[in-house]
Amino acid sequence: THRVLLKAMKAAVLIQRWYRQYAARMEMRRRYTWNIFQSMEYADLQDQIKLYNFLGYLMDNFTPSSSERNLISHIFRENEVCRDAEWERYFSYTNIDVPDIYSGPRLTFPLDMDQAADLVEAFKNKQQLHSRYVLQLLLETWKLLRVLPNINRVSTCHSKEITICGDLHGQLEDLLLIFYKNGMPSLEKPYVFNGDYVDRGKDSMEILLILFAFLLVFPGDVYLNRGNHEDHIINLRYGFTKEVLNKYKLHGKRILKLLQKIFSWLPLVTVIDQRVLIVHGGISDTTDLALIARVDRHRYVSSLRPPKKKTPSRTNVYADSERYVEMIICKNRGGSLTFPKPFDARESFQRRSLQDFSSTVARTLEEEFEVRRRQAEFSLSSFSKSHRILSSALSSDSEPESSEFTDTGNDEWKQILDLLWSDPMSHKGCIPNEVRGGGCYWGPDVTEDFLNRHSLQLIIRSHECKQDGYEFCHNRKVLTIFSASNYYEVGSNRGAFIRLGPDLVPYFVQYQATRMTRGLSFPQNVKRTEHTALKVLREQLFVHKSDLLSAFQEIDKENTGLICLNDWASAIERVLHLDLPWRVLHPQLVSSTTDGKLDYHGWFRDLALKKPSSEHIEQTMLETLYRHRSTLETIFRIVDTDNSGLITFEDFRQTLKLLSAYLKMEISDEVINELVISTDTNNDGSIDIDEFMEAFRLVDKSRLERGKSLLKLMQDNQRGHDEVFSVFKNHPQRCREEFTSPKKQLLHCLNILLLKQVK
Amino acid sequence: MADKSNAGNVVTLNFLSFQAYDIHCSICTLTEIGTIIRSLGCFPSEAELHDIIAELEDEEPTGFVRYEKFLPTITKILLERKFRPITEDLLLQAFEVLDQQKKGHLEPEELTKYLTQEGEPFTQEEIDEMLSAAVDPDKNVILYKDFVSMMTFDDTR
Repeated sequence: THRVLLKAMKAAVLIQRWYRQYAARMEMRRRYTWNIFQSMEYADLQDQIKLYNFLGYLMDNFTPSSSERNLISHIFRENEVCRDAEWERYFSYTNIDVPDIYSGPRLTFPLDMDQAADLVEAFKNKQQLHSRYVLQLLLETWKLLRVLPNINRVSTCHSKEITICGDLHGQLEDLLLIFYKNGMPSLEKPYVFNGDYVDRGKDSMEILLILFAFLLVFPGDVYLNRGNHEDHIINLRYGFTKEVLNKYKLHGKRILKLLQKIFSWLPLVTVIDQRVLIVHGGISDTTDLALIARVDRHRYVSSLRPPKKKTPSRTNVYADSERYVEMIICKNRGGSLTFPKPFDARESFQRRSLQDFSSTVARTLEEEFEVRRRQAEFSLSSFSKSHRILSSALSSDSEPESSEFTDTGNDEWKQILDLLWSDPMSHKGCIPNEVRGGGCYWGPDVTEDFLNRHSLQLIIRSHECKQDGYEFCHNRKVLTIFSASNYYEVGSNRGAFIRLGPDLVPYFVQYQATRMTRGLSFPQNVKRTEHTALKVLREQLFVHKSDLLSAFQEIDKENTGLICLNDWASAIERVLHLDLPWRVLHPQLVSSTTDGKLDYHGWFRDLALKKPSSEHIEQTMLETLYRHRSTLETIFRIVDTDNSGLITFEDFRQTLKLLSAYLKMEISDEVINELVISTDTNNDGSIDIDEFMEAFRLVDKSRLERGKSLLKLMQDNQRGHDEVFSVFKNHPQRCREEFTSPKKQLLHCLNILLLKQVK
Repeated sequence: MADKSNAGNVVTLNFLSFQAYDIHCSICTLTEIGTIIRSLGCFPSEAELHDIIAELEDEEPTGFVRYEKFLPTITKILLERKFRPITEDLLLQAFEVLDQQKKGHLEPEELTKYLTQEGEPFTQEEIDEMLSAAVDPDKNVILYKDFVSMMTFDDTR
């Protein structure tokens, strides 16, 4: 039996060894899946900032009369100097009637605990709060927030345990799960919510309403911190603006405006027992709580908008864009200039694009060299992107030329940016956070120093998604808490919240919102998330096909159609700038190689989402627009000045012109017409943004072809025109429609015809 | 991957595995070394891993390893083909040894007992994870033959 036992032990060791290896491989796959999601998330965020900077540059440097400027100027307008009383009139809800059939909650103020609980229950049952009550609730919230300090101070006396939650991002199920596990906020159950309540998820509005309701009922026991997504400009891109406009068609505009104010009045930081700091992003080596306590936080409406400067910018970074935009303007005035060939300025554009365009003083030669040297340093270290950052221009010496622009103004802005955007890193020191484009990466030495200076013992922050919902770093002095489970994909991560008692030792509760994930094992979870990440990645590769092809062909000078894996990986990184381990990923992205070489044309065919087009130009254009659809949608929403969700044909044209300048690519009138045709436009000469983005997402190539040929037919001869009208006359929908112009009639016919043929 | 001719690929693969852990700089914690080595295709035992880590640790233990220090160690391991993979057959035999009554399957309790008490014992977390993938939900037993083929198929995908 001794031998039998020994054999059993050997068998056990073997199984253990093997299983640990399997688990390690799973863990590696999970890690790079994570990297994929994060890189794409941050790349998208960078794009937003780049776009914003670009538009800001346009604002600063073009004559007031240019129409493009008017389209975008409103987002840069300073908070109108109105008295609060006048604003309260604008946000008045008293003449909004609530119909009898409305079955949702009817709030009476001041709110009480039962009403807050009823509100939660109503939202659980998928009801929507009427806009009258929304405005009323938001107004009360605004009034309350205005008297709160920048720094919330909480104490755990009375043996109260404080609950701390991280990012929720519009995921109502997670908030409900937290309340279910932990109880709702009350006098005995104080809560701190650490920002990022909105964007991405679909119930951002409901989360805000619940949090504000509890804030009003228990003002001494509910604490809200501002996150970087509590920002109306970020909201344009990440879904909150869209959500509000869809849910509140009539009053959405006002609600958004009021929210803009509320966001700027959210406190920045919470301190517990003068020992624990809670902030959304983090800190930097210059973070000074005394200064934070003094700032006028509501002046900083958006992280992306520094305090206004009067003197015009004299930096020359957008010289190329300037040329392009000038051409747009000239073209509009009837000139027929052609765009110069789009040069491959992507790298240099990116390098400059995060620059603070509104610095007042033209840099001296020395400063310019310093900037380039720093850029070079970044590219030598493991950062592959050598971006300038929002705040680096601020750190250089700058002389104010007007009383409006002061150093303190910029200092304060940088402080707030750091609080809301920074991430911890394991290296010592403090460097600008170029991945996100704002704030810093700060090291364990900075944490140590900061805690000592302010007599604190722990920093609790959010801002980054964590697999287990929470994660310690910096020798357990920094704790990240993230409360949105399944953030990237079902099963991608758990959410968590913290319970902190008087001993200030954090206790964690984890959860995951979907029932689906409970049945899955860890490997199944990993595989599922990986599958989604790779799908998204393949899509990215496909939409960059033209650029990738050029990069490959540059390497494959003899045109063999083959490329070795190392070259493949470095080419992809050069084009996509996602900083991903391509060689590790290649087995998942490349189906076969011969002698270690890849047939890249075949590879593109495998990746293809739809059949490749014979017209190369069109393919590139569609590809480009599809790739930049987030930017396109963001510009739409900016152009939609009254937040109605609709823009006119003319503005649509202007939007595409702006996009073309931003991308430094020509988008011809012909292409614009094609795009107009392929969407189901409303009959009043306007384009519904949502519809357009939806249709655009599913652009059917054959439909586009048919539309083009029909248009040509009509333009060419009258017979074609009659054919179209005969179809129209026989269409049942005709009776209900009224048209104001032949052009609109035509477009409508086209749409019907296309619909008929496609469906 | 262990050929000398592919040494360049090995290096880059390594570095990128490292990078997966810390996108900012080329260091990782000692606890993660095991995951990295294993994900590169090696099957060390826990004891063997402890030896490697002991070698990599600095005189003044910081808990971190720099890539430059890790590289020669892992290159040697890969080139010498240490810690060879465990084949499907061998694995199956191991399960059969544990299945003393030759039932063709194992009870979860049986397997748990062996793996948490014998050899280099599993933690509760490890055994829970394994069981969640291994136990047949209908019969509540571990059909180890199916289990082994399923896991090795996944691995080679």
